[in-house]
Amino acid sequence: MSATKQIHLGAHFPGVNNTTVWSDPAAGSQTDFASFVHFAQNAERGLMDFVFLAEGLRLREHRGRIHDLDVVGRPDTFTVLAALAAVTSRVGLAGTINTTYNEPYELASQFASLDHLSAGRAAWNMVTTSDAFTGENFRRGGFLPREQRYERAAEVVAVTRALWDSNGAEVEHHGPHFDVRGTFPLSPSPQGHPVLIQAGDSAQGRDFAAATADAIFTLHGTLEAGQAFYADVKGRLPQHGRSADDLKVLPGVTFVLGDTDAEAQDEAVRIRRQQVSPQTAIAFLEQVWGRELSEYDPDGPLPDVEPDVDNVSITRGRVRHARDPRAVAQEWRDFAAAHGGLSIREVVIEKTGRQSFIGSARTVAARMDEFVQRDACDGFILVPHLTPGGLDRFVAEVVPELQDRGSYRTEYPGPTLRDHLGLRHPHAPLTRKESA
Amino acid sequence: MSPFTEARMHLAVELTAAGRHPAAARWARLDPAVLLSAPHHAGLVRTAARRGLDLALFPHTFHPDGGPLLDAVALAARLAPVVPGIGIAPTATVTHTEPFHVSKSIATLDIVSSGRAGWEPAVSRTQAEADLFGRKPAAAPAQLWREAADAIEVVVRLWDSWEDDAVIRDVATGRYVDRDKLHPIDFEGEFFSVKGPSITPRPPQGHPLVVLRADEEEALPVAARWADVVRISAPDLADAAHARDRIRGVVAAAGRDPDEITVLLDVEVHLAADRARARRDLAELDALSGAALPASSVRVLGPPTDLADLIGTAVSTRAADGVTLVPLALPPTSTSWPTRSSRCSPGAGCCAPAGQAVRCAPGSGCAVRSTTTRQG
Ligand SMILES: Cc1cc2nc3c(=O)[nH]c(=O)nc-3n(C[C@H](O)[C@H](O)[C@H](O)COP(=O)(O)O)c2cc1C
Repeated sequence: MSATKQIHLGAHFPGVNNTTVWSDPAAGSQTDFASFVHFAQNAERGLMDFVFLAEGLRLREHRGRIHDLDVVGRPDTFTVLAALAAVTSRVGLAGTINTTYNEPYELASQFASLDHLSAGRAAWNMVTTSDAFTGENFRRGGFLPREQRYERAAEVVAVTRALWDSNGAEVEHHGPHFDVRGTFPLSPSPQGHPVLIQAGDSAQGRDFAAATADAIFTLHGTLEAGQAFYADVKGRLPQHGRSADDLKVLPGVTFVLGDTDAEAQDEAVRIRRQQVSPQTAIAFLEQVWGRELSEYDPDGPLPDVEPDVDNVSITRGRVRHARDPRAVAQEWRDFAAAHGGLSIREVVIEKTGRQSFIGSARTVAARMDEFVQRDACDGFILVPHLTPGGLDRFVAEVVPELQDRGSYRTEYPGPTLRDHLGLRHPHAPLTRKESA
Repeated sequence: MSPFTEARMHLAVELTAAGRHPAAARWARLDPAVLLSAPHHAGLVRTAARRGLDLALFPHTFHPDGGPLLDAVALAARLAPVVPGIGIAPTATVTHTEPFHVSKSIATLDIVSSGRAGWEPAVSRTQAEADLFGRKPAAAPAQLWREAADAIEVVVRLWDSWEDDAVIRDVATGRYVDRDKLHPIDFEGEFFSVKGPSITPRPPQGHPLVVLRADEEEALPVAARWADVVRISAPDLADAAHARDRIRGVVAAAGRDPDEITVLLDVEVHLAADRARARRDLAELDALSGAALPASSVRVLGPPTDLADLIGTAVSTRAADGVTLVPLALPPTSTSWPTRSSRCSPGAGCCAPAGQAVRCAPGSGCAVRSTTTRQG
């Protein structure tokens, strides 16, 4: 085997879905700046590549009302990242910003400002969500046809890059989505271009990432699925004149640590029960079945009624990973039967969001390393379940194990996020390391 | 009774990277890269905070002649955690931007500053600015300010779209929020519609301060309805007094108590050891840029005592409730900014320019609201 691949780590601030356990006594504020400071400083202590903030531009709804069982609401991404630049010095600052409900000139200014103000640590997770539900909060309103989402995103990137590179010269762009003309008020920022991350899984999304992104945020959790995805997206790079190193594959993963593997397994079960409260179990059920099922007992059996396949909009404002609900319902019933008649809540606990890595620090480090060395990914975006301390134990215990394995840095390689990720400066043909 | 007893006085400062004068950076021999660096700006705000100023304003424009301009909200957020005490209010333009984004960004500035945020909504007038967005043509002031009024309304209503105690974390019922305390705003106006509620909980102050410039006729009704702080510029104190009276009149006509708003007069300043020196500096600045910079408002070129005198007179003659210092060149003069009088006890809301005692009744509202309201 060649030299040990180095693992990249992002730290996802706990978000607005049921992965985040708000009911735990150790769970702190989702809004106070102190929570973000704790989280980011700990990521930096763990020499992680970046802190990552997700964003959705409309509160999620379930059955026509605001979904109240998970964390609801969060501060503005740009503003939090700019403030975090003040209390950290090395860790990257990655923000999820929508390409449909923002305009390229303003985005270029905001990201270049963040990159200047953080001395080269800005990253942009470009998401393309464009449902009419979210659009109701914005001037453009309405809805962008699915096939145009990535077309618009690509044009947003083209315009923002032209502005970042303009160095005072006038930029003129005319395209299907934008007509932009004028000068940009900022000189090139330390990274030239902020690091671009793409999150989206369709063939279009993968192509967009292969053509434009520096990193891709995926959900492929198993080794085999990861390897297939990795081969697929890396295989798309040459046709865009890019090499395998130019795009990092970073799946979002969860983890549970214990003093022993057995203890971690117990802890994982406990956390899953917190993540799937009785009420949340029913909400998940309703999501699959597409109908109201509030009379069902979460500790009783799955419903006999069939899913309402036409009711696809029972939940709104969240990322959907569409599968035929009847197939899912059947799979759940078979699963319940095969395990001696599991209850609704038990099935939901088992079939949704099991943790990716469970074990002692040594076990988790070995397994993560295996994923990276066997080309299932280039690293991970860690999604802890607790705010703000969800990374503490990982940093204290897993990071040293990874370092002992020779697959994780013992110091930051340079000042900028591009340095951490081993990415070229957009205007330099070679990274420092390559040219050294 | 001293005429000052009732007087409230507020001191704000407008912080551009190098000062208002277009040649300021070159004159001070500032490296252009420094103007975009956070430590430089932090130094400026720290000086203002140390001198006891109430409020730092961060201008922003999309106009291409605006010079090297960082996004003002991002800049303010970068500085808020490292400079305690002072109120922080960036400009956010509302003509080509999304009210939904502006609302959550200012709410979040309030969060990261622990309740010290304000904002200055501004309009974008020119075709050059419109061309940067390509969404709509430039518009006349009447339309721009009608749209600004709608945008401010949306921003404020989104702040209110979460009740303060909406987050309940009720383990027994599994509910994180009480959704009856989250409200859509269902705003539909001439220029846009916004559904709501905000994705960001209500900020610590509830309503971060709204600062509005009301030099223009069309801006008056907007200020009357929404402003906490009104900025004016005037060639002299008599004109300022006239403008202040007018503003208080329209505020009262809009059904608000004029004493609840603060009128701040822009004062362009260049402080030096003496007047001759200050005038010489300005001549150098003008020579560098190739043209004399016309004064945008009252101008003080001289020693700090001149500034103190002007501020004292402005307040005692009710020409203004305080001033916004607009330094022509920073940072060289920042060391001679005015200071709150040491004779006033902290928290009494009393401030005075260097060397001049101004007595104010405790709690008379000298401190900006952001430092006195509840932190939620
Ligand atoms: C791992 C992952 C994370 C995502 N995070 C967000 C997010 O924080 N906010 C958002 O609006 N969309 C998010 N998305 C949605 C994507 O931007 C995209 O809209 C969605 O995946 C559909 O695109 P696709 O058809 O290419 O998969 C995420 C998607 C993935 C796969």
